[in-house]
Formats: sequence, structure tokens, C-alpha cells
Amino acid sequence: MRSGRFLLAAAGLILAVAAPAKAEEELTLCWAAWDPANALVELSRDFTAETGIGMNFEFVPWTNFADRFLNELNSGGQLCDLMIGDSQWIGGSATYGHYVRLNDFFTAEGISMDDFLPATVYAYSTWPKGSPNYYALPAMGDALGWVYRRDWFDRPELRAEFSATYGRDLEPPETWTQLREIATFFQGREIDGKTVYGAAIYTERGSEGITMGVTSVLYPWGFQYENPDQPYDMDGYVNSPAAVEALEFYRALYECCTPPGHSDAYMVANLDAYRSGQVAMQMNWFAFFPGIVKDETVGGDVSGFFVNPRHTIEASVLGGQGISVVSYSDKQDLALQYIQWFAQPEVQAKWWALGGYSCHRSVLEDPGFVDTAPFAADFLRAMSGVKDFWQEPTYAELLQSMQAHVHAYVVAGEGTAQEALDSLVEDWTFTFEDDGKL
Amino acid sequence: MPSDTVTTLADKTARATPLALARRVRALSDQAIAWLFITPTIVLLLAINIFPLLWTIYLSFTSYRANQPGRPIRWIGTRNYERLLGSEDIWGYMQVTASFVVWTMVIQVLIGLGLALLINRNFKGAGFWTTVILIPMMLSPAVVGTFWTYLYHPQIGIFSYIVNVFAAVGPLDMIGSVDLAMWSIIIVDTWMWTPYIMLLCLAGLRSIPPYLYEAAEIDRAGPLQQFWHITLPRVMPFLMLAVLFRGIENFKMFDMVVELTSGGPGSTTELASINLKREAFEKWRTGYSSAFAVILFVTVFGLANIYVKALNRVKQT
Repeated sequence: MRSGRFLLAAAGLILAVAAPAKAEEELTLCWAAWDPANALVELSRDFTAETGIGMNFEFVPWTNFADRFLNELNSGGQLCDLMIGDSQWIGGSATYGHYVRLNDFFTAEGISMDDFLPATVYAYSTWPKGSPNYYALPAMGDALGWVYRRDWFDRPELRAEFSATYGRDLEPPETWTQLREIATFFQGREIDGKTVYGAAIYTERGSEGITMGVTSVLYPWGFQYENPDQPYDMDGYVNSPAAVEALEFYRALYECCTPPGHSDAYMVANLDAYRSGQVAMQMNWFAFFPGIVKDETVGGDVSGFFVNPRHTIEASVLGGQGISVVSYSDKQDLALQYIQWFAQPEVQAKWWALGGYSCHRSVLEDPGFVDTAPFAADFLRAMSGVKDFWQEPTYAELLQSMQAHVHAYVVAGEGTAQEALDSLVEDWTFTFEDDGKL
Repeated sequence: MPSDTVTTLADKTARATPLALARRVRALSDQAIAWLFITPTIVLLLAINIFPLLWTIYLSFTSYRANQPGRPIRWIGTRNYERLLGSEDIWGYMQVTASFVVWTMVIQVLIGLGLALLINRNFKGAGFWTTVILIPMMLSPAVVGTFWTYLYHPQIGIFSYIVNVFAAVGPLDMIGSVDLAMWSIIIVDTWMWTPYIMLLCLAGLRSIPPYLYEAAEIDRAGPLQQFWHITLPRVMPFLMLAVLFRGIENFKMFDMVVELTSGGPGSTTELASINLKREAFEKWRTGYSSAFAVILFVTVFGLANIYVKALNRVKQT
């Protein structure tokens, strides 16, 4: 018994001595607080088991995500060793030296960008855009998609009424016009004794919500940020007749078919509206779809998914992020070790299985991939036509201008779509002039 | 004079000081000792108040951006001020702020004074009701903003429900409506801060000697005359002080409104402080936002000074 106590005490002493050494082998990964972050925590346990390096996580809700972590980067903070930053941050973070350039590391470790979906490499990793300068490994592919109440769409009486009204079957929409018709059909309808509404769309003012929502309509209308032959020449592109028409369409959709009080809604508000049985359709990021499939009330066969509707072209808003090493970290070697581990095909396969969205071609191009989840095929289709907001170093300024102008037009009903986009061109021109780009 | 008699500040300090230092302390004059004590405070004040103020004023004449560490600070003279004062948007935010401050002050003064007059009657349970009325004031503005978004919700919120009991207007979207959004933040601020005005008014009412009312009654003055000639003049300095404090607070209101409306719809409720934060920490126009901060500071400082002079005049009458 005594020898047992002695052994126990000795083991405790050894652990106590060993503990500080282990604490040094820890990494902090910073990201947004949402469903995929939980999957990453689960996945990273394997990394700790393999390497003995502990993982800490700093997750911040999306509404404060950019504020919190851009402040951290701008102040040269050492909180984060690894950053899964938004795609739009890549320009600023590369230009101002927040992220470590990864080319040499990729070459040394045999990590090839050809193994990842080209659209994600372009969007999440490169700066200047499209150049072979990599500042991140594509970590979380994402795009804006749609979820609909399949159980409502399948009801014979609703199908018959819809068919009689619109002359076609009640099926997930392929075009924006069809989407608005379906949303109009459901708006204010009584279903199971409850009033329901057409669609939950993004209208949030504070961070990036309404811009993401509006661009989901602008892109299918063929929207271009600038003259392809003359960078930063925006007049006639940002405020083109097609862009004006698209913005008017979004406002009309907001007015005709959203639930009451849906004037400042982003991801969580849309999820809430959908899960509570308020709306027939919601726009949201694919990242949330695994959670919807598992949901007790709207999961399983209750919900279906569809890709962002087309207009003149098919296009989706890009979400998602790459994983970068923060240049202010004094644990860059460990952080690179994590990226090396994360880039392995088997880890990427598990990442997808846990609910993360891998960008690795071995996962996405697997013949069985489309059958792995009810939204997998739509995800692939969306990722083949994604478009992102400006990724310039001044992206935050550009984003805030757009938030203000489109929210004023769509939600507050101030002025016309043409005036809103003309003002946006003026603001963006000023920003680029101020940044020395014009 | 006995040697242990304490006569000077230096002696007092020396007695409480270890022997090694005591001799040096005794050699100091009272003025030197006083400086010794207040220097840390002054240094702290200079470091955390005066230096940032001077640095902000300096930055306001530059094109500095805090998110571009390598970019040199370029002196651009008064261009930031010219842009700010010539911007219709900025005047719009100032108008929104002025509207918010004026309406909240008017409503809160009327209700706060009314509540104070009621509570001052010392009816049964007055203490209990005073505590109940004070509860909103004790909450965090961010929490208040958040839970009022639910109270205002047109479908599940109790506000819309109560309004519909009296007038069948359907789901009332207070936050999303351009016409109602400003009133939504005024109502919440009034709910939260009227108790503060009430409390200061109550202090004023309790300070009025009862003999003034007894004398007025002997002179056959009616309740309205008593209120007009005794109560109001006596309460006025307290009321003005409350308005000063609340006016300054509401001029820089941020958290509650951000939680409630984020400045929307559009820019309907975008107060100057909200726009300042967006310019400074979202757009990272540090120089420009410094100029905006200086303008706001001068405005509040100037208005507060005029107000304090008026307050002193009221006190003297």
C-alpha cells in the first residue's frame, strides 16, 4: 500500500514537472464560432494525438469576427498562431505582413496547390489574385446556397394550387424569377394553422450580411466589379443597367416575401426563421447545411437544398476561408506542422465527414462524393461558379460603403437603385484614390 | 516646541516613513511634498487623458491608417475637417444624434419629474415602487438593446401585441420601419434612464423645506402655484444637472443602439458615435475619424460649457 502511494506521488511529480514542457507545445487557432468550428475541434484531436501538440481555440461569433481578429492582426497581437481568416482578408493580410508567405514551405513539404479546387486556391490563398503567391491553405470551402421545406413542396394540395396559378410544378427554383414566384406563393399562407412566409434573405446592416445577400442576386445578373481591361474603372459596371435591375429585384423580394421584422437578418436569424417553421426557403451558407440535415424539427427528409438560382448566368457568392500562419506568432514552426498535417488527403476526408467543407480534390472529385450528403452535389455545382467580394487591402472600407448604400435602398427604401449604385461607385472610387490605386 | 510635536506636512510624512528616508523627507518643503503626492496622478492623467487627446488632434491633420503599419504618416492639413464639414452624411448623423438627444431629454424630464412627484407623496409601498422603477437603470445597455429586439419583434414581441390590443395595426415592425426606428431607440432609452432623472428630481424634492409649502398654504396659494413658484425653482438645478449628465451620455450613445438597430434601417438611427466607430475601426480611416472625434469633442465640450453657465445662473436665482 505504501509503495503504491509512493508510486502515485512519484507519478504526480513527474506529471507536474512534465506539464510546463507540454504547455509550451500548444497552438492557438482563431476562427469564427459556428458549426464547422466544432468539427475542427473534433478533427484536431487527431493532430494532438499524433504530435503531442495541444490545440487551443479562439472562436468569435461572426458579427464580431472581423472586428476582433482584424484588430488582433493590425496590432501585431500574438494571440493566434493559426488564423482561419475570411477570404476578403487575404489582400490586406498579405500586403501588411500579417500572414506568412507559404510558398517555400509548400515546396519543401511537397504540398501542391494543384491538389485543391482551383476556385478555392484562387479565392483563399493567392495575393495578388491569381498569382502563385500563397498565404493560406484552402481550409473551408463555402458558398451561399438555399434550403427549402421539401415537406411543404410535396403537399398535393399546395402542388395543385401552385400548378394552377403558375403553370408549372412546385419544384426547387432554377431561376430567380421562379424563386420569387414560389416565395410569393407561400407568403402569408396558413400551413398547419400557422402563418408562414416566403423566404428568409440576408438584410443585416452591421457586418456583411446585406452585401452577401444582394451580391447573390447581382452575380447571376452578370455583375462585374470593374472594367476587365482597366482595373478599378467601375463606372458603368457596378452601376450598370443589369446591376440596377438586380438590386431592384432584391428589394422587391424583401418587400414581397420576407417575414415581418426581417430587416436586420444574417445567418443565425435566417436559421431561426427556417427552423421555427416561419419560412418556406432560406438563403444561407453551405457550412450550416450539415446542421440542418441533423436538426430534430427540419432535418432528414423535411428539408431539401438547391444552388443559388441563375438569371443570365449561374453564379454563387463565395464564402469560406483559408488557414494561415500568423507572422507575429513565435510558434510558426508548430503552426506549419499543423498545416502540413491538415493538408493530408486522409485528414481532409475526415474533415468532410465531420461536417467541415474540404477543398481537397481527392475528397471532392471522389466518385462517391455527391452521395455523401444531400447537399454535396449542389455544393460542387455552386463551387464551380463562385464569385467573391473585393479582396483588396481596403476591403473593409469597400464593404462598409456597400452595406450602407444597399441597406438604405433595400430596407429603408431610400432613393432608387441607380442612385444607390452611383453613390457606391463614388465611394469606392474615393477609397481607391485614397489607397493610391487610382 | 516639543520635538515630537507635529507641525508640518513634512514632519507628518517623515513620521510615517522608514527611518532611512525620514531625514530626506524632513528636508522637503510642504509644497514639494504636495507635488510628490500629486505627481503620479498627474503623470497618469497626462498619459491616459491628455496625451491621447493631443495625439488624436495631431492625427486629425494626417492621412494615417492604423491598419497600414508601414505607411508613413502624411500631414494633409485641414483636409479631413473640410471633408467632414462638407459631407452631407456627417450632417445627417449629427441631425440623427441631435434628434435622439433632444427627444429623449424632453420625454425623460417630463416622465422623470412626474414619477418623482408621485413617489415623493410617500404613499404605502413607495419604497418598493422606487426600487422597481430603478431596475432598468441597473442593467447593461448592451443587454437592454438585445432583449428589446425580442420585445419589439413584430411576430413574437410583446410590444407589437400590446399596441394591437389598443389599435389593430397588424405586426408592428418598430426596428425595421424608417418611420418608427428612431422612436424604438427613444423608447428604450427612456425606459432605461428615466429612473435616473427621477432619482435626481426626488433628491431635489426631498431638499425642499416643508415650511415653504406651509407658508404658501397660509398665503392661500393653490397646488399649481406652489408647484410653479416653489417646487419647480427648487428642483430645477437638480433637473438641469440630470439633463447635463444624460445629454452627454446620449450624445455618445453607442452600445444600446448598435444592439437594437445597428444604425439601421439604412442610416436612420446611425448616431455620430456609431459612424465614428465604423470609420475608425471598420474602415480604418484613422486620421479622418480622429478629426470627427475632435469635432464631436468640441461640440460636447462647448455645449456642456454653455449649459453649465446656465445651470450656475439658475442656482444663483
